[in-house]
Amino acid sequence: MGFFKNFFRGFSKIDDEFYEELEEVMVMGDIGIHATEELIETLKDQVKENRIKEPEGCRTLLMESVREMMQTDPEAYAFEDMTSAILVIGVNGVGKTTTIGKLAAKYKSQGKRVVLGAADTFRAAAGEQLTEWANRAGVDIVSGQEGSDPGAVVFDTIQAAKSRKADILLCDTAGRLHNKKNLMEELKKLNRILEREFPEAHRETLVVLDATTGQNALAQARQFSEVAEISGIILTKMDGTAKGGIAVAIKSELGIPVKYVGTGERAEDLKRFDADEFVEALFAQEEA
Amino acid sequence: MAFESLSEKLQNVFRNLRSKGRLTEADVKTALKEVKMALLEADVNFRVVKQFVKSVEERAIGSDVMNGLNPGQMVIKIVNDEMVTLMGSETTEIAFRPGKSITVLMMTGLQGAGKTTTAAKLAGKYKLKGKNPLLVACDIYRPAAIKQLQVNGEKQGVEVFSMGDGHSPVDIAKAAIEHASKNDNRLVILDTAGRLHIDDDMMQELEAIKEAVDVAQTILVVDAMTGQDAVNVAKTFDERIGIDGVVLTKLDGDTRGGAALSIRAVTGKPILYAGMGEKLSDLEQFYPDRMASRILGMGDVLTLIEKAQEEIDEEKAAEMEKRMKRAEFTFDDYLTSMQQMKKMGGLTSVLSMMPGMGGSQLKQIEDAVDDKKMARIEAIIYSMTPEERSKPSIMNPSRKRRIAAGAGVDISEVNRLVKQFEQAKKMMKSMPGLTGKGKRGGMFGGLKLPF
Repeated sequence: MGFFKNFFRGFSKIDDEFYEELEEVMVMGDIGIHATEELIETLKDQVKENRIKEPEGCRTLLMESVREMMQTDPEAYAFEDMTSAILVIGVNGVGKTTTIGKLAAKYKSQGKRVVLGAADTFRAAAGEQLTEWANRAGVDIVSGQEGSDPGAVVFDTIQAAKSRKADILLCDTAGRLHNKKNLMEELKKLNRILEREFPEAHRETLVVLDATTGQNALAQARQFSEVAEISGIILTKMDGTAKGGIAVAIKSELGIPVKYVGTGERAEDLKRFDADEFVEALFAQEEA
Repeated sequence: MAFESLSEKLQNVFRNLRSKGRLTEADVKTALKEVKMALLEADVNFRVVKQFVKSVEERAIGSDVMNGLNPGQMVIKIVNDEMVTLMGSETTEIAFRPGKSITVLMMTGLQGAGKTTTAAKLAGKYKLKGKNPLLVACDIYRPAAIKQLQVNGEKQGVEVFSMGDGHSPVDIAKAAIEHASKNDNRLVILDTAGRLHIDDDMMQELEAIKEAVDVAQTILVVDAMTGQDAVNVAKTFDERIGIDGVVLTKLDGDTRGGAALSIRAVTGKPILYAGMGEKLSDLEQFYPDRMASRILGMGDVLTLIEKAQEEIDEEKAAEMEKRMKRAEFTFDDYLTSMQQMKKMGGLTSVLSMMPGMGGSQLKQIEDAVDDKKMARIEAIIYSMTPEERSKPSIMNPSRKRRIAAGAGVDISEVNRLVKQFEQAKKMMKSMPGLTGKGKRGGMFGGLKLPF
């Protein structure tokens, strides 16, 4: 059930009204006005070039350009087979801890040695939540007391990862709104510790984004990029009715690729991002 | 592309309108086109926007421009009126059952909306009001959810009822009510698991809880950053289990919060509270009319004034005002004014409520005056002798050197502070008043104090 529904079938010809409606419908899918306008401009050129007369042909073209835009380079997953330090960040409530639990299970099943760092020392019971996931996945975890310094937890996690010769270090962080200056400074500090103490590891910084989030996600991605080098996005809660159209806006404006999608609460409900599937869902039409 | 806030955007539109002498149909349409795009960018649901724009247009075109207003202001007024109509014009309180009967609140919502935190915040709030709340851990699915509620309950000094994760939420709810009636808890808050509105089994669970216990209010907790889908979520929850009110969380972010408008318009249910931060005290009454004017760029002047009145010690302020007028303003007063600003939630929080304070300006100010700088100023003043604080005129290089050493700062910082202080003093002479109940000039003038 995508947001396009029966839209393309409601029009018999391609005119200004059609484009206007199209624009509004795309905005409604959380794609955002700027990415939408860009896509429609491309579409208009293509329609002219290929002398397309049918709205249905328009749909195919539009899907094609979104698919192209959303492709994630297979190289983007190379870190899975390296010694990597992965820092997972995001605003409150997007599903960071759950996602880390799933990632740990995933890497573990690939035969990797994984060490988790529970650097969310702020939210009550966040450490316990991650410990539960660590137990389920059968991986090691380093955690600190509630209210303790997350930097110290990261430091300890690095030492543990080194001494156990871990392949992958996965670090949880406290949810933080991107407009809170001190918390963003703290993030910089965690980055510095990783850089200084674990220079041999490949660095990966993943932002977790709730698929139901609207245009504010752009501001989130932009401001997180200012304090850390974002290497990818994990789109969570994709099993709801929201289809994560905001990821199109982010890719279009900031060029950050989506790497994984979360589709449920079980450990196996996380997979690599598939642009084809994403676009199909986004543009799906209801059964006639 | 700069990230322009809805307020800024609308202000720009209306600035253009203001420059014209008369309000024509073309003016209205131009303005409303911008309003529409801005609202869409703010994540207000598309259908809600369409309806909204239509009703404003109908009212605006051909209506008389009221006396004392220019055409631009007239459009703002109509947009504001319609917005208030849409949001609901009155604050809604949670309705309690009368007398000794137990009021049961059920917190519901998607995963990550902030139900557990909000439940604890509500419990704390009503504990202060003299109720004896009981928090109930009905989230048996998410790892450590129960623990999270227990920790937060403890912080609030509120009892948490839990049966672990081995019982069904329905049984837990029933047992909790029994526990409450024995222990004289008049308010029971059920914290349920986060669930998707299209997850049939999980929605049935909520229906079952509602059947098993007498729920007075079902509260939907919604993340203010939600996009267009907010409408689907709110609608489905309302249709399936019936919601009585909404709590909007994470409003302390820079989200434009269009979801608030959408949900209200689609479900007709009131927004009760706004979550404004991570501390358990950060739950504020939701004023729909103020939210509307905030979206429109009028600034949340009312909230600001109210907050200021709550926090500023009236007597101290009155005395300070008197002294200021006589230009007897001292470093002690300077310190007091700074601490009062801190109480109001810091400079940024205060400024963000003021009209015309958009994202970019705010950021500049924030960068210039961060908390660390405030702390240094404090340290400098604390390093002065009482005499120096009350008689700034005796300051000399030798004293400044001593102060700098005491505060651990460079002498140039002491010099800068003294200079700023002198300027502030001069400025204050010409200022109308600090407390100025409801008077804008007074309050805003007062805010310039420490800089």
